[in-house]
Amino acid sequence: MKFSESWLRSFVDPACSGGEFSHLLTMAGLEVEEEETVAPAFDKVLVAEVLAVEKHPDAERLNVCRVDVGSGETLQIVCGAPNAAAGIKVPCALPGAELPGGFAIKVAKVRGVASSGMLCSAKELGIAEDAAGLLLLSDEAPVGEDIRRHLDLDDRLLTLKLTPNRADCLSLEGVAREVAALTGTPARLTQVDAVEPTISRARDLVLDAPEACPRYCGRVIAGVDAAAPTPTWMSRRLERSGIRPISALVDITNYVMLEVGQPLHAFDDSRLHGAIHARMARAGEKITLLNEQTVELQDDVLLIADEQRPLAMAGVMGGEESGISLDTRELFLEAAFFAPTAIAGRARRYGFVSDAAHRFERGVDFGGTRRALERATRLVLDICGGQAGPVSEALAILPERPEVRLRPERVAKVLGIALGDERIGELFARLALPFRRDADDFVVTPPSYRFDVEIEEDLIEELARLHGYENIPAVVPTGFLAMLPQTEQTRPLARVRQIVADCGYQEVVNFAFVDEAWERDFAGNGEPIRLANPIASQLSVMRSTLIGGLLANLAGNLKRRQARARLFETGRCFFRDAAGEPVAGFRQPWKLTALAYGTAFPEQWGCAARPVDFFDIKGDLERLLAPRVASFEKTAHPALHPGRSALVLVAGKAIGVIGELHPQWQQKYELPQAPVIFEVDLDAVVMAGRAQHVEVSRQPVVIRDMAIVVDQRLDLQPLIDGMSATRPEIVREINLFDVYVGRGVEAGKKSLAFRITMQDTRKTLQEVEVDAAMQHLMAYLQETFAAQLRV
Amino acid sequence: MHNFDEIVHAASAAFAATDDPDALEQIKATYLGKSGQITALLKGLATLPADQRKSVGVSINRAKDAVEAALNARREALRQLALAARLAEEALDVTLPGRGQSRGGLHPVTRTLERIEALFAAIGFEVADGPEIEADFQNFTALNTPADHPARSMHDTFYLQDSSGGVAENVLLRTHTSPIQVRYMQAHVARHAGAQTMPEIRVIAPGRVYRVDSDATHSPMFHQVEGLWVGERVSFADLKGVIGDFLRRFFESDDLRVRFRPSFFPFTEPSAEIDMAFMSGALKGRWLEIAGCGMVHPNVLRHVGIDPEKYIGFAFGMGPDRLTMLRYGVNDLRLFYDGDLRFLRQFA
Repeated sequence: MKFSESWLRSFVDPACSGGEFSHLLTMAGLEVEEEETVAPAFDKVLVAEVLAVEKHPDAERLNVCRVDVGSGETLQIVCGAPNAAAGIKVPCALPGAELPGGFAIKVAKVRGVASSGMLCSAKELGIAEDAAGLLLLSDEAPVGEDIRRHLDLDDRLLTLKLTPNRADCLSLEGVAREVAALTGTPARLTQVDAVEPTISRARDLVLDAPEACPRYCGRVIAGVDAAAPTPTWMSRRLERSGIRPISALVDITNYVMLEVGQPLHAFDDSRLHGAIHARMARAGEKITLLNEQTVELQDDVLLIADEQRPLAMAGVMGGEESGISLDTRELFLEAAFFAPTAIAGRARRYGFVSDAAHRFERGVDFGGTRRALERATRLVLDICGGQAGPVSEALAILPERPEVRLRPERVAKVLGIALGDERIGELFARLALPFRRDADDFVVTPPSYRFDVEIEEDLIEELARLHGYENIPAVVPTGFLAMLPQTEQTRPLARVRQIVADCGYQEVVNFAFVDEAWERDFAGNGEPIRLANPIASQLSVMRSTLIGGLLANLAGNLKRRQARARLFETGRCFFRDAAGEPVAGFRQPWKLTALAYGTAFPEQWGCAARPVDFFDIKGDLERLLAPRVASFEKTAHPALHPGRSALVLVAGKAIGVIGELHPQWQQKYELPQAPVIFEVDLDAVVMAGRAQHVEVSRQPVVIRDMAIVVDQRLDLQPLIDGMSATRPEIVREINLFDVYVGRGVEAGKKSLAFRITMQDTRKTLQEVEVDAAMQHLMAYLQETFAAQLRV
Repeated sequence: MHNFDEIVHAASAAFAATDDPDALEQIKATYLGKSGQITALLKGLATLPADQRKSVGVSINRAKDAVEAALNARREALRQLALAARLAEEALDVTLPGRGQSRGGLHPVTRTLERIEALFAAIGFEVADGPEIEADFQNFTALNTPADHPARSMHDTFYLQDSSGGVAENVLLRTHTSPIQVRYMQAHVARHAGAQTMPEIRVIAPGRVYRVDSDATHSPMFHQVEGLWVGERVSFADLKGVIGDFLRRFFESDDLRVRFRPSFFPFTEPSAEIDMAFMSGALKGRWLEIAGCGMVHPNVLRHVGIDPEKYIGFAFGMGPDRLTMLRYGVNDLRLFYDGDLRFLRQFA
């Protein structure tokens, strides 16, 4: 809602000014989003009349003008504007004036001719972009008047950011009412008298959808001059409200809408046939609107129609066919109340917005319909002439304004301070909310223009607003002191993130909607969850893996010449799942994904550079999962190298994958090396488990090494798992400490070296027991894996 | 009285003359060895008359002690020299950089979220989480925003496609974290069904939210933190207290002002917008929008089965991205979602 302060002040003129005034509105909930002056500062510019124009003797494009500025003395001014002509009235800057941009006007000679001032364009005064010629003023402009005063250039433009509940402030009168309540300065609203009909022509009105349109007023005005000029005062106010003047009749309807808040519509009466109906559209019915858009309607759209065809989308936009033009002689003027639910969302559905719809869907004063029509009639007659017919009105059941009860003790409970009955009464009076007392309570009947006062809390907000939020104290609250749970079974997410960061990874946050190709490439997902209204095609599907985002981050950082990157993200992934909870149809687990690229360690003097590999990040993952121990199984994953990827299992349950990026994606996404990645379910990672103490044995430890030779393709995991399962009780730990392939080991075989730690809980181990345990393990390996002892 | 001082002097001089521990031991032999001078003197005692033997013996032993002391002193000095030489040889360039893995770090918004969680945990707020593909009911309807409510146009909502390519009904990407408060209250009510008095609800809900909006100051995905306190006696004055306290703690400054101005949200009444202004620094005196808040609308409480006559509460929603920008002086929201290591490492 944009308007000029001077227009507002024609209704209510409190003593506060400028920034103070804006602050007042903002602190009352009518946020002043923008405030600007109509013109920048300048002075000594007057209304001048050009008396005569002669060619400059020495310059083809210049004229020498004789100008009257009302001082009794004629000024000679050299001017280059193409529209300089005798008889026009224009702004003239006198010597000594300083124009916007610091441009000082002096008495000077222009190509040898004396010039005592400057005739100005709108651009030179900083009030418009138009620099084509001098700013032409009306013929009635009084010569010698200060241009700031003449054009009301000290006016300020205010733009309010209104919340949807304050439909009553979508008009100058509405804002004036609010200012009156805030300041106590009474508002003087426009005196509107009924226009006596001078002709009897009228149209029948039929409310076919009385709930959607419970009140419809209309009248014929015959013999209007649609081409009459719009008065300057009106066009100026419209322009300063951000509305372009179009023609007198259109301007009048817009003006009244801004003034009183009632959208009006003007039909060309000669194009209407019979009675006017307010009815619901029939599905598939079509109408071409004033914005030249042809829309096919659904049956929940309210129409204004005559006996032959739809005329307008009620409360949204008029039809092109029945609209007025400069040739219109006969006018049918509509003022109606359309229920917010009948209008809400309709314009948006067809992809446009309108000032009328904006107001109707928030609520227009149904008590002011007729007054707005009378106001518009008066202005039409005054500006375009014509003869008004009687007002026709069709009326069904208007919205009710049930009484709302306010308990003073509830005010104290909600706000934390008691306002006192006297203060409450005073605030309601200023808000023009009529009330009666019922014992201790206030019983308020909201006026027809307030659509936001339905319950006690609404009244409490009104009281708080007017009392001033800043006058409610900020107190240190008291509450029940109950300790929050602290579980040891799970770790806080913050701790998990910190562990990953401590392993050298930098956290990133990526969008949850991604390129469809990423889903196909990195998740093998050909049927991703698609957005209905993505902001861009590469942000059109919901991710089921965080890998794509990290790879894009990597590519971005490589472009920025970062040779090494370790990145991680935690975030939700999205899957279709009929059993999904809590939103049916979707599973939305959190994942933690990390990526490492470049050298294993940052380039440094103390260790040789080598590329990061599978086992580096496997180590990081193991550190992250500790104390829980994961096992790893070869796996196939669309994103990963088939020979260098594994499923991650904890307690037999798959919790994620780890591996090197598949070479085909490395090539497609133009990465010089393959990054290594793991992606795990965050649910599994946060699990920690409470430690349980076991007596530490005081008996001596015996350590034996054992090297075996096995088939090179044999994985370690089953071997370790098998040894652990079959181990004698005294075997405490089995650790792999070397893997060797090469000289001394038969081709196709590898050597594995284990360190076996043995200990008894009660006694010192005997040599025989140790030997027996080692032989047992060796026998198992020989039998199960055809392992041979390496000698 | 015999005087053996000369021998002692000569021995001391001989010890001092060598830097070599082996040579030192050889010199020792010339005095204290089997055929050394002191040993010879001791052997010679037997030839002395009995009345002199004692006094001469004492003198010789004194000389022997002195020579041994000189020897030990020299041995120790040589050990110290050797140690010093070894230490000198072993000296490192301590200014060389340390060895090891690089340091990672948390995202700046994560830091902010963790600080917010910690501050509110200190006054008993739990942390709740909720789905990002959300039901229309929890995102809007339960928050007093029925279909076609004009407030819905304040949120430019992302919707999903259904299997036939149309717009899926009843699901959307959450436009705010407020639906988490709905789910939390529903669960809380169910947990305490049948109890005489429901325990207080104190919860904050951080998370990612989505709106169809993308320019220099808007990201289609961003963060919010929802806060909720419902009890038998919770007022707007308490809300003002908690928010003011939070902002002063978060920015670690008492040098800021907070103001509440009336606003509108369908799920609170009265509602307020919270502005904050620093009293010093680059943004001195400028009012900055920080959060929206208000007293929970009775309809919202009713929707989740809480009696609004008995219980009352406040809710707030704030933007951690903006708080992060203000805290660390970041001026472009898009930097948070760009993954640029040069930017992110500053917060490690």
